[in-house]
Amino acid sequence: MQLEKLRFGTELIKRGFAKMQKGGVIMDVTNAEQARIAEEAGAVAVMALHRVPADIRAAGGVARMADPKKIEEIMEAVTIPVMAKCRIGHISEAKALESLGVDMIDESEVLTPADAFFHIDKREFVVPFVCGARSLEEAVRRIWEGAAMIRTKGEAGTGNVVEAVRHMRLMNYAIQEVTKMDESELYSVAERYALPYKKLANAVAEEMGIKLREDEQIFGKYSMAEITDGLFEVLKEVKKLQRLPVVNFAAGGIATPADAALMMLLGSDGVFVGSGIFKSSNPPAYAKAIVEAVENWRDSRIVAEASKGLGEPMKGEEIDKLEEMLQSRGI
Amino acid sequence: MKVSVIAAQGDVEEHVLMARRALKELGLEGNVIATIRKEDVAKSDGIILPGGESTTISKLIHAKSIAEEIKKAAKEGKPVMGTCAGSILLAKYGDEQIEKTKTKLLELMDIWVKRNAFGRQRESFQTTLNIKGIGDFEAVFIRAPAIIKAGNNVEILATLDDCIVAAKQGNILALAFHPELTNDTRLHKYFLELLLK
Repeated sequence: MQLEKLRFGTELIKRGFAKMQKGGVIMDVTNAEQARIAEEAGAVAVMALHRVPADIRAAGGVARMADPKKIEEIMEAVTIPVMAKCRIGHISEAKALESLGVDMIDESEVLTPADAFFHIDKREFVVPFVCGARSLEEAVRRIWEGAAMIRTKGEAGTGNVVEAVRHMRLMNYAIQEVTKMDESELYSVAERYALPYKKLANAVAEEMGIKLREDEQIFGKYSMAEITDGLFEVLKEVKKLQRLPVVNFAAGGIATPADAALMMLLGSDGVFVGSGIFKSSNPPAYAKAIVEAVENWRDSRIVAEASKGLGEPMKGEEIDKLEEMLQSRGI
Repeated sequence: MKVSVIAAQGDVEEHVLMARRALKELGLEGNVIATIRKEDVAKSDGIILPGGESTTISKLIHAKSIAEEIKKAAKEGKPVMGTCAGSILLAKYGDEQIEKTKTKLLELMDIWVKRNAFGRQRESFQTTLNIKGIGDFEAVFIRAPAIIKAGNNVEILATLDDCIVAAKQGNILALAFHPELTNDTRLHKYFLELLLK
């Protein structure tokens, strides 16, 4: 092959990969057997994990990248794309996953964050990233950092869809507002969205009793002005397209076919199902039914039909009874 | 003219927008819709199978008997275009990945396809292809398949080393890459012009 003429890891290729997932269901799996069940049910991709979120929640402690051996077994077992999670800001876990050849990396709040200040600069990678977001603000920052796909954070491992719905509604409403704004208003939004990048520089400035210089590189090679301009460009794209410029999936608490259909109705491009399938009483049936519901969300008869006699869904938890909210990690 | 983009799964909307632009640029009257209703498919003059996951799309079009409608339309001489996953489904013969996943093909072209022929997402690429009848075209390959062998009745439109990446057999067009992801409407126009013949 004339390698010099091929270009790899461009934004078009990364965002394009995410577009191929649209209208599909991406399922969390912890071993080769589960991966095969997911592929057989019609999943468009699988997310390779050490534990599903419900078990991560129950186990406590630090949640990290899955064992590469497990990830490779899953990659061997199926022909559909295999994604894997790294901790927020953990550049080395992400590099390790890239070297394994996973098709997409989820920089995920479901794992314990590794960096209190920053997410990964995802433009530095050939492999595309998906990131969670609770709001337009978080989504715009992740897209500027190079995320090729956004998903709601929801509240993973709860089997409770309320937080995913909250995040999708917040995002949709904010996008509506963006479409009404002129450029100067949009720029003020960009300035506001840029503030969290200052956290590290502010902490040091305060500690040393100095003032931040305007052109200081505060995140990688980027100054505050460059970050603001970058976020402004993303916001202009949102205004023009009246949606996020990347694929936007629902995730975090989706447990039933009707949950999945609801997220599609709210404008999701597709659905991630974590614990909902392999914590139910009949994983193959749940997997098939959720694929069916995402495909046919407009036709409530098919959603009803798909929901029949599936057995027990995952038990689920009420949000206000939780000890820890995973979604507040990584803003 | 009425064009249906099969909306089972994948980058359906991108094809709808590109085909609409191509119609307009050609000055043709027509309608492009995304659909998974077999009634719509039956009534269309041309069909596009988008990119996505071939395993998923195949299951969905066979479960809803849309596969039968596509085959019928193709046999009546209506143009059908498949990109990436779509091109896999057009083939008569698949590789071991297609067999292993028991992916049902539409068997409309005398081609042998290999899934993920260039590797995983890390190996996905874009490059300038020379396409017969079109010229230089910026082509985006995403976990793309390749045609490794083609029957004598298949016209080869573009190759990349030993792989065929664009081919035509009568009214059927298979592209291993994604013209719908770029801004270049020439391949969509090429497809729409097949509808006029």
